[in-house]
This record gives sequence, structure tokens and C-alpha cells, in this order.
Amino acid sequence: MIPLVQIDNLTVSFPIGRRVFGPPPMLKAVKGVSLSIPKGSFVGLVGESGSGKTTLGRAILKASPISEGKITFDDGTRRYDIGTMSKAQERDFRTQAQLIFQDPYAALSPRMTVRDIIAEPLELLGITNTREDTDARVREIAGKCRINLEHLRRYPHAFSGGQRQRISIARTLAAGPKLVVADECVAALDVSIQADILNLLKQLQRDLDLTYLFISHDLSVVAHVCDYVAVMYLGEIVEEGPTRQIFANPQHDYTKSLLAAIPSLDPDQRSRVVQFERGTVTVEG
Amino acid sequence: MSLLTVQDLTIRFKTDEGLITAVEDVSFDIEPGEVLGLVGESGSGKSVTAKALMQLNGWNTVYDPASKIILHGDPDVDVLSLRRERDMLPIRGGQISMIFQEPMASFAPALTVGKQMVEQLQIHTKMSKAQAKELSIEMLDRVGITEPARRFDQYVFEYSGGMRQRAMIAMALTTKPRLLIADEPTTALDVTIQRQVIDLMKELITDFGMSILFITHDLGVIAQTADRVAVMYLGRILEKGPVRDVLRTPAHAYTRGLLNALPDLDNLDAPLTPIPGDIPSPLERPAGCVFHTRNAELAPGSRYETEVPPMSEVRPGHFAALFPEDV
Repeated sequence: MIPLVQIDNLTVSFPIGRRVFGPPPMLKAVKGVSLSIPKGSFVGLVGESGSGKTTLGRAILKASPISEGKITFDDGTRRYDIGTMSKAQERDFRTQAQLIFQDPYAALSPRMTVRDIIAEPLELLGITNTREDTDARVREIAGKCRINLEHLRRYPHAFSGGQRQRISIARTLAAGPKLVVADECVAALDVSIQADILNLLKQLQRDLDLTYLFISHDLSVVAHVCDYVAVMYLGEIVEEGPTRQIFANPQHDYTKSLLAAIPSLDPDQRSRVVQFERGTVTVEG
Repeated sequence: MSLLTVQDLTIRFKTDEGLITAVEDVSFDIEPGEVLGLVGESGSGKSVTAKALMQLNGWNTVYDPASKIILHGDPDVDVLSLRRERDMLPIRGGQISMIFQEPMASFAPALTVGKQMVEQLQIHTKMSKAQAKELSIEMLDRVGITEPARRFDQYVFEYSGGMRQRAMIAMALTTKPRLLIADEPTTALDVTIQRQVIDLMKELITDFGMSILFITHDLGVIAQTADRVAVMYLGRILEKGPVRDVLRTPAHAYTRGLLNALPDLDNLDAPLTPIPGDIPSPLERPAGCVFHTRNAELAPGSRYETEVPPMSEVRPGHFAALFPEDV
């Protein structure tokens, strides 16, 4: 079976500062990563801050530079080579792959109504042509994301964190993408709301036939929603496999130390952290 | 005897939209050498409660006249009755210290860490500069910072996230406070670093014998650190008691809801159960039990919709905001 997204040997580097002579030193945020995301899967990408998980997610959406390697998106009818897309292809690709942001307080413009927020991608990407079409599409997607249709005329400040994240998800899904990159999309939410948003993502996956790349630092959340997990550390994927296998039988020391560090809800149960020598991200040049 | 007694604490804020109640009728004690966990979601009033202990809330804060925060000692002091900054000084940073969620924001960026540690010691103790420096370096070493003498002369941006939080803890402890308030001290940290900071704090409790008020939204962190826990929602304590008792046999529907909403690593097939509804706006506080609007266990027309339930003792030392017939 052809994966929806295939990443081969991807490296993303960023220059650090400038030099008068010669190229500046480069920081390799992602180093030689290969990963395939099958169609209809819920793939988790876990790691601590600085592990390169966000950079990898952004590279798939052509939002970070691809230094080496190749990313291809293929849904059977369309095929894009992310690194070498033309402007027209890129515009087309935007309707196929979208991002859900972490902080629903920062992601929504306070000056736009909920209806306009959800309608913006439809208008920008030229998906709907008339106002009636746009409104119909907005109402359809808002209903799917369990947003009260009465609320479409209000501004974001009137909503709680959970409601805002639902609006943010509706905006992401408005253009009808096949692939959704969710970058820490529940990290800023309270636990009682977090469960609601995770259930909604699962429901939408069934309804709209979505494929997710779910980026998170929280292993217990990943364990619950993802069917495949990749663990990143210092720009490399150190371990990957089906969720159950990774959680039942972690192989890499880093995965073990991550799992052991999760505070247990039982006050009398306390696993020792596996000793793990931390490294640093390499800078070359 | 308790170290600190908080009695009927009610805090309101003056805003353009009128008075907003942030904390209502909150009472608890902290015993010497005890870790009291204060859990709640955003907007539950846990930070406002903690800041009140040092009068750190803003100018628009109104404390209800019946509210009392008594720091027991020789003599007892009612913190809320202190009006002058001069009187607050021995308490703020002396008897009570506080560490915050974001250590980068708590240090001044343009002064070395050492200079800031020495400065606060000179304010709160009669130490000379040399003594203060010696104690600070000793404390940095104690919290597990390698090469403390070199680190003493560095700036915060040269520290890693975990190291910054350790330095904060070191700084808060040099004045030997009787109570340490830790406001989400591990929330911004990665899990492996979080575990190290939790371990460090537990060691320090044994070494220094101080009390800690530990504020967090993470029940797992509470389970690993606290002796007793108080669960807050919309400014009220809904349940409090020994940590094992509360987490294993929660009496209040809100505590049960919080525990059910957490992903369980031991049972990956269990569905995630959110608490129904959204947190009401502080401008529209529900009458009766503040949680009744989201409590699916209540029958329509129950007493909880109109009357505020008292704190009833469920088991020895374990209280919940329930009417006696439901205990």
C-alpha cells in the first residue's frame, strides 16, 4: 500500500548567525529522518522540547526548509514532491494538508467573527465562489466540529479554551484536507476539555477520512489516540512502531526514560527514572 | 499546631464589568513539614489563593472582611491585616517564599544569578556579602547544579530549563522560609526534567523540614508529591483530604470527573471521558454548588442547584462539599 506521506532521509538545518567569509554554522534540527504515514492512520510523534518534532511536522507542510532528502505526498489521485513544488502546486497542496495550532488563544484573530475565521481559508484558496456556498460549507464544518451555529456571529473572546480549539479545528478542516498535522493541539487545554477534543479528533477522522500526524510531548495522550508512534530525540527518530508495542516493550533507553518519568496516579507506586546520558544538538561548520 | 490557617478566604476583583469573585469561602490548614497540594483547572482560583498568602494580588483585589490568613508563630500574624509594605517584608521572601512556573521570567535577565541571590539575602538577613555568596554557592550545589562557583557568575540565559528551576528553588530556600509556595513549578518542564525536580523537592522537604503549598493542574504530580490535597473549582474547595484517600476513593463528582478524563497508561482501551459542558464564566457563577451545571450525576431540581453544600466529613480527615445525606 502506498503511504499518504513518505519521508526519506530528511534533514532540516538552520543557519546560526552570520559570517563575513564562508557559510555560517548550521544547526541540524532534523537529521536523516525517514517515516511513512499510511493513509487513514493516526501517527504520533513524541519527544521533548528541542527534539525536532515540530520542525519535522512543519517540513511536511513546506513551512520549514528541506536541506536534504525528500518528502512526497500521494493520495492516489494527486502527487506532490514537497521540496520541489511550483507555486501553483503549492496552492493546490494547501487544500490537501493543514495544521492545527497549539494555543487556541493565539490562533484566532480577535477582530474576526467565528464565521469569518472558518470561511477565510475557503476564500483564500478559492474553494467556494459565492457567499452562499461559503456559508453552507462553514455551517457544515461547524456542525461536524460541534460548534453551536448560533455562535458563528460572535467573536472569539466570548469562548472558553475548549470552544476556541473546536473553532480552530473547524478552520483547519474547512478546506477539506486529507492530512492534518496537529502540533501539541491539547497541550494548552485543561484535562476535562482535553478528553473532549481528543474524542472529537477521532470522530472527525472517521467522518472525513483524515490522516493525522499528532505531535505531542505527552505520552499518555499519544498512547490513547495514536495507532503508530515515532519517538524523536535530538533530531532523529530513535524508535518507532505500533503504539501498543512501543508502550508495552520500549527498546531505546530514551523511550524507557520518558515512560518512567510520567508521574503515576498511585502515590505508592513510583518507578525510578532509567539513567540516560543526555546529548546535545550538533552544530556543524 | 498548624503553621498556617486560612479561614473563609473570599477574594474579589474590581473590574469594568463589576466585582468578580475569584475565591469563595476557602479554608485550609498547613501543618509543619507537610506538602499540601492544591489542584484545579485554569480559572479555579488556585494561584489567586496562593498569592493572597503573601498579599501579591493586584491593586484591584478586594479581600472580604471575614477572611483570615493566620501565620502561626510567636506571635501569630494575620497576613491580611498588614497594611504597610514594611510589615510585609519579613513575611514576603522571609517566612514564606514562592517559586513560579516560568523561571526565565522570575530572574532579571541583565543581572547574574549570583547577584540576585546575594541581593535577597542582604534584604532578609544580616549576612555580609561574602557570607551571602558562600551560602548561595553552597545552596546551588545542594540543588544539584554542577560547578556552582562558575554558575554563580552566569546569567539565566546560560542555564537550561531544569537548571533555572533548580536555581529558583535554591534562591527561595536560602532565607530558610517556613513555607514554600510552588506555583506550577514543573509545568513548563519536559517529563524527565520534571521528575528530577520533583525528586529534588522531596529531598529538600526531608532536609529542611519546611512546609510546601504545591499548586498544579496535574493530578499525577500531586500523587507523587503531596501528603494532603485540596481540589478547587471556580474559586471553591470541593474536596480535601489525605492524598491516597482522595485519589483512590474520590467523594465529589468533580474529582471523579477529573480522574476519569485523564488518559490511563495501564488501560489503553478505556475511553476518555470528558466532564460535560464548559467552565462557566466568572461573571455568571452558578448558584448553589458551583459544579452543579456540569454534574451529570445530579437529578434535576436537586438541593445543589440552590443551596451551597457544606464541607462534610466523608472519612476521617477527608472532606467534600456534599450535603450530609449524600455522604
